[in-house]
Amino acid sequence: MSFVTTAIDRRAFLKTGLAGATGLMVGFYLPGRREVFADGTEPTVLNAFINVSPNDKITILISKSEMGQGVVTSLSMLAAEELECDWKQIRTEFAPAAKVYFDPVFGMQGTGGSQSVHSGWVPMRTAGATAREMLIAAAAQKWSVEPSECHAENGAVIHTATKRRLTYGSLAEAAGKLTPPANVKLKDPGEFKVIGKPTKRLDTPDKVCGKAMFGIDARRPGMLHAAVLRCPVFGGKVASFDASKAKATPGVKDVIQISSGIAVVADNTWTAFQGRKALQVTWDEGENVGVTTESIFKTLEERAQKSGVVSRKDGDAASAMAGATQKIEAVYRAPYEAHATMEPMNCLADVQVDRVDIWAPTQFQTPAQGIAAGIAGVKPDQSFVHTTYLGGGFGRRGWSDFVTDACEVSKAMKAPVQVTWSREDDMQHDYYRPASYIKMAAGLDASGDPSAFTARVACDSIMNWFFPGSVKNGMDASSVEGVSDIAYDIPNILVDYQLVSGPIPMGFWRSVGASQNGFFSESFIDELAAAAKKDPYEYRKALLGKKPRHLGVLNLAAQKAGWGKPLPQGVYRGIAVLEAFATYVAEVAEISVDKDNNIKVHRIVCALDCGRVINPSIIEQQAMSAMVYGLTQTLKDEITIDKGRVVQANFDTYEPLRMMECPAMEVYIIPSTETPTGMGEPAVPPVAPAVCNAIFAATGKRIRKLPVHPSDLA
Amino acid sequence: MAIHFTLNGKPTTVDVNPDMPLLWALRDYLNMTGTKFGCGMALCGACTVHINGEATRSCITPVSSLAGKKVTTIEGLSPDGSSHPVQKAWIEIDVPQCGYCQSGQIMAAVALLAKTPHPTDAQIDDAMSGNICRCGTYNQIRKAIRLAAQLQTGGNKSAHSGDHAAPVESAEQNFRVLAGGAE
Repeated sequence: MSFVTTAIDRRAFLKTGLAGATGLMVGFYLPGRREVFADGTEPTVLNAFINVSPNDKITILISKSEMGQGVVTSLSMLAAEELECDWKQIRTEFAPAAKVYFDPVFGMQGTGGSQSVHSGWVPMRTAGATAREMLIAAAAQKWSVEPSECHAENGAVIHTATKRRLTYGSLAEAAGKLTPPANVKLKDPGEFKVIGKPTKRLDTPDKVCGKAMFGIDARRPGMLHAAVLRCPVFGGKVASFDASKAKATPGVKDVIQISSGIAVVADNTWTAFQGRKALQVTWDEGENVGVTTESIFKTLEERAQKSGVVSRKDGDAASAMAGATQKIEAVYRAPYEAHATMEPMNCLADVQVDRVDIWAPTQFQTPAQGIAAGIAGVKPDQSFVHTTYLGGGFGRRGWSDFVTDACEVSKAMKAPVQVTWSREDDMQHDYYRPASYIKMAAGLDASGDPSAFTARVACDSIMNWFFPGSVKNGMDASSVEGVSDIAYDIPNILVDYQLVSGPIPMGFWRSVGASQNGFFSESFIDELAAAAKKDPYEYRKALLGKKPRHLGVLNLAAQKAGWGKPLPQGVYRGIAVLEAFATYVAEVAEISVDKDNNIKVHRIVCALDCGRVINPSIIEQQAMSAMVYGLTQTLKDEITIDKGRVVQANFDTYEPLRMMECPAMEVYIIPSTETPTGMGEPAVPPVAPAVCNAIFAATGKRIRKLPVHPSDLA
Repeated sequence: MAIHFTLNGKPTTVDVNPDMPLLWALRDYLNMTGTKFGCGMALCGACTVHINGEATRSCITPVSSLAGKKVTTIEGLSPDGSSHPVQKAWIEIDVPQCGYCQSGQIMAAVALLAKTPHPTDAQIDDAMSGNICRCGTYNQIRKAIRLAAQLQTGGNKSAHSGDHAAPVESAEQNFRVLAGGAE
């Protein structure tokens, strides 16, 4: 995968629009950008997603960011299915920032919400089919036969009767001159050759030899390196600073103030970090200097006493509660979490008079493009985003703060500048998963079934931080997802939300609201099962009769885990089931607790339903990846605040799960013909409740706060 | 001050501040960006290289300590860059996700197998737990190391259990205590 184009072709290729089966317009406009191969041959642009070169190399343009979720491979599989090429001919390139690459759901170019395969399902196949039809038409013209007499196979067009054969490479130029067909027929699933098959990732070879280019690896001639010192207190700013010692550090080129703090610019990264240590800054720490984790949770708790904006109302929960045989109440909380991507935030920017180029590990190209253009003072179409591989994303790189840093410094220095964040910068200036507080109650009838469920969520709003002003009437659906959409057959439900604005920056964190709300709702349903003196699996099962996909994964996970069968002495099971991003996941965790209350997770069995399977290998990888991410938030890490700043700084105080802590994991996929949905996030939410429900089974202690600490079991 | 050492088999000189960690000399002066910056404190292993064959955290290793030594980075593991048995095993198992930590993981695995050609699961965990993977590829790494051990020694099947094994079968090796927040 290369992201540095060797030639910029400013001509725009305007191709006709094309209606996908979803009714979404796939405008095939490609902004000028073509790569010239080393042998001097140029590929022909067949559409915004597919180029074919005379040497038979096929380039798939990937409009999504690859952050480990396998999107380079999955999207290529969709296109290749219809293109009828040899998988070995495929190379990929990250698409530039352009309107044609907008995600139809987001209305901009970006990667998130486990959305990529779902939103690419029709357009990528359509792009493949359109290109195939153009190649067939070009061959038919050459042979003076009807296209219907020809078929495509293994990267070539064949005249079926005479077996004459022309490779795609030899047809590309002629095909590129044709008008793309307006309506192409996509294959019936029974004809799929690529989709559904375990397929090796296209990015693996470059990732085992150090060749894969991440943002931090971007290089330009004459580039400088910078590090930025930010006020440790959220909302604080520079009062004054003395740069003389920093500037005296050999190798430091300059020290400049930018909007996020003080940038030290040097001829290498380490010197920029060293120079930064020598800065003397007086901060105006502002009004948040007294903020602590305790003060935040006190506010959340206070606000949770008052009714909020209703996100779900079924029946009359108050009356049903009053008439219940048994009432269960509980309060849960979840902490702030950092994304902690392995690659710290960074960006290389080259601001020039009439253009700006950024090389960035970004999840959201459109905002990055606009921000760079704004700082450079150029038009958006003079702002070129070169998306690199992302060393983890998890939602963090939807923000463009690292782009702002690099563009501001490059503009001031009149040179290409790479800003690199240290691990401490990254951890202490993240956009965090919201800390959340919830009050839940349920009324059970005489048979133990829930007749009423109420929940009040109090937390800050991610949408309010990301799109200021976008939250109308105090409702951010992402704050209540995972509880408001509780799937159980409960006739009376009331869920409301208290939006509590605070100074700690909020961001999308792998599985977003469900990451904490799934813990809340799926632990609470376990409390209800216990109160009803019923088996937690059977209790759920009985309440999911109207939810076949929930039930499907619940039953499969229970069966594969051997639910109800004996376990080794001291090992206990917990179960949880949840839908997130239209993917259904159930997990059974097996744990034990030793005499010092240390928790050992032995095994997690995961069953999932993500609609039609594109690549089962990547689905399995992503489910396991999400379970590890979920275990870290369950058992290990939290971000805490003291004096208005983040306490944790590096992997010693915020330590992701390590290999010796990693349990055995099994993943089972439900076969489905539903439209495919994403797998990047949905296996995160069930982990915490499955583990904590197992802890309850083992110890009788109900865990209502994450992360679980041995002292919680004492 | 110029420091002379051997980098991936080639005599190499860098003339930088002697306190500069090898990581940054590699990345910013020697055009070897395969070695990654993760933490700067030897906590995550993303920067792992070999110095005289020992897996070493390049983020805390000053270039001044390298005079006359042999440094191997991910780029120098094999003549064509990706044919080392460990790299082959990584490709076969399709280990990487985001891939950022994988140079360090591979370098750690190569060092392990050089000393312990047939590591037990516990030895794999001990050797590899200094390398963080936020994508959670640990079970794939375990599998790939077992495969690499076979590839390196000509294909004898490993006697050790797979990562999909039930806990009863491999409880002693695979499942370690989670000390609730502390290592």
